[in-house]
Amino acid sequence: MAASRSRTGDMPKKIGSSAIMWLLAALYGFPLLWFVVSSFKPGGELFSYPLTFWPKNPTLKGYTDAWTSFDFPGYLINTMIVAIAATLLTIMVSAACGYALAKYGNWWLKIFAGCILATTMLPTETILAPLFLVVRNLGLYNSLSGVVIPAVITATGTFMFRQFFVTVPNDLLEAARIDGSSELSTFFRIMLPLSRPIVLTLAIFSFQWRWNEYLWPLIILNEPSQFTLQIGIAGIVGANNVNWSILISASVLSMVPLVAIYLVFQKYVMNADINAGLKD
Amino acid sequence: MVDSANRATPRWWPRRRHNSYTVAPLILISVNLLLFLTFFVWPAIIGLAYSFTSYTGVGDAPWVGLENYRELIGDTDFYAALLRTLIYTACVVPLMFVMSLGIAYLLVSPYAKGKPIARVIFFLPWLISPIIAGVIWRWLFGENFGLVNFVITELGGDPVSWQSNGDLSLMIVVIVATWAGTAFNMLLFIAALKNVPVSYYEAADLDGANAWQKFRNITLPAIAPTSFIVVLLSTLHAMKEYTYFVAVNDGGPGTENNLIVQYIYETGFKRTQMGYASAASFVLLLILVIVAVLQLIASRRKGS
Repeated sequence: MAASRSRTGDMPKKIGSSAIMWLLAALYGFPLLWFVVSSFKPGGELFSYPLTFWPKNPTLKGYTDAWTSFDFPGYLINTMIVAIAATLLTIMVSAACGYALAKYGNWWLKIFAGCILATTMLPTETILAPLFLVVRNLGLYNSLSGVVIPAVITATGTFMFRQFFVTVPNDLLEAARIDGSSELSTFFRIMLPLSRPIVLTLAIFSFQWRWNEYLWPLIILNEPSQFTLQIGIAGIVGANNVNWSILISASVLSMVPLVAIYLVFQKYVMNADINAGLKD
Repeated sequence: MVDSANRATPRWWPRRRHNSYTVAPLILISVNLLLFLTFFVWPAIIGLAYSFTSYTGVGDAPWVGLENYRELIGDTDFYAALLRTLIYTACVVPLMFVMSLGIAYLLVSPYAKGKPIARVIFFLPWLISPIIAGVIWRWLFGENFGLVNFVITELGGDPVSWQSNGDLSLMIVVIVATWAGTAFNMLLFIAALKNVPVSYYEAADLDGANAWQKFRNITLPAIAPTSFIVVLLSTLHAMKEYTYFVAVNDGGPGTENNLIVQYIYETGFKRTQMGYASAASFVLLLILVIVAVLQLIASRRKGS
């Protein structure tokens, strides 16, 4: 049908759509580009009018300053620990729970599914103060586990796995049962490997959530040695005299790991069929 | 054959019956169940309890009854934060909706060229943390050093006070939030748009419908469930925004752009009025529930 339409009639549409799309892309891409380009400018050039787009004397001094003048490596390691630990736990817990919700018919599972969905209505922000008290009473205050553990349960992850396992034929499960495979080993040996695309998608989601999280780590972490990158960078922003040279370079550095991971796993994120119980 | 075997060996009976698997699903959900009880149910209960006390985070929690709620009703700072939150939400949700649907529409349209690269550009802001997204735009809109004011003065205008004017500051946060939030909603819309049957459009073409008519009468109704989810999630998200405001202007100028979560954070953790902050949290929760229910009712009515 589309092919039978006259090609000349499509030309204005093609030009129009492409023009609007690329105009918007420029609008969305420019702030980031300007920021990254600025990170290579020496401190004085950042503020000297007239501003030029490309740095006149490109330098990496902002980056070396960012690395040495505040505890960037320490914050980076803390952030890595939080993001990796939370991601691994989130995947295991969400896969197990999503599988149970998809493949067993017990009445209490249906209630629990409703409870998990309700957590999207009860975001951390609405229970900020009491959640802090609970975590403190558990002895997790000022520790990275206090940041990781409450974040492990996610409705998005659980329902992503549930949706996936619903589409896996029950025959597979029945066959495994007839072969004498126990329920849990069926899950670990057959079902979990099958759900690889969901595992990877949720891995990227979870990694991004935890890498970029600000408010909760700010509340839980008290000592600078425990800070994550977002708290460290927010500390520069909050200073009376913002050191833009360090701020910009540190910000760019902090984005590198996520962008690298995204570019590797791009196709999983882009094809993610996410539509139930979304929450960050 | 299998049936007779089952009947012959009593061991098989309980396992073949409906609901006979209890232990395995219980083990599978156990960690999530524990986390749910510890980090949602427990805080919700003690939060409600503390909201009737003047707890400060340490020591006793003296019972004050409804005093916190009564005080909250007369608290002008709380109202200011609530009003600012509502204004922010009313600005950001429609803008976010239009931008993410528009971009998703272009990205699935057969006419636009260079879609794979454009898609990556639109998606990159999703990777950027709220703090850094705020910093990026703060850098662009700096009053004395930003590119935007530089361009304005080059064109003969006066520098605009992006930081010291509260409404302009709010506008920048709206832009930041839209910029950073588009990607995720765009993904939802792309999935929905791809599921609209092509035959509908072909039939409309035969009837001579133009592009706007097709969009209005075919696309919008077909993606209505996704639109509902996007509006609901964006609204709930906007109502609890905090980080963008910290990064763009620290909730300022002054306390003008302190939203409700920032208000809760300041009272609960900086002024250590945990009881009062818990009461404010419950009011926020109540508002979120009302918003969600209202939107649910609205979408049901539209659907029927």
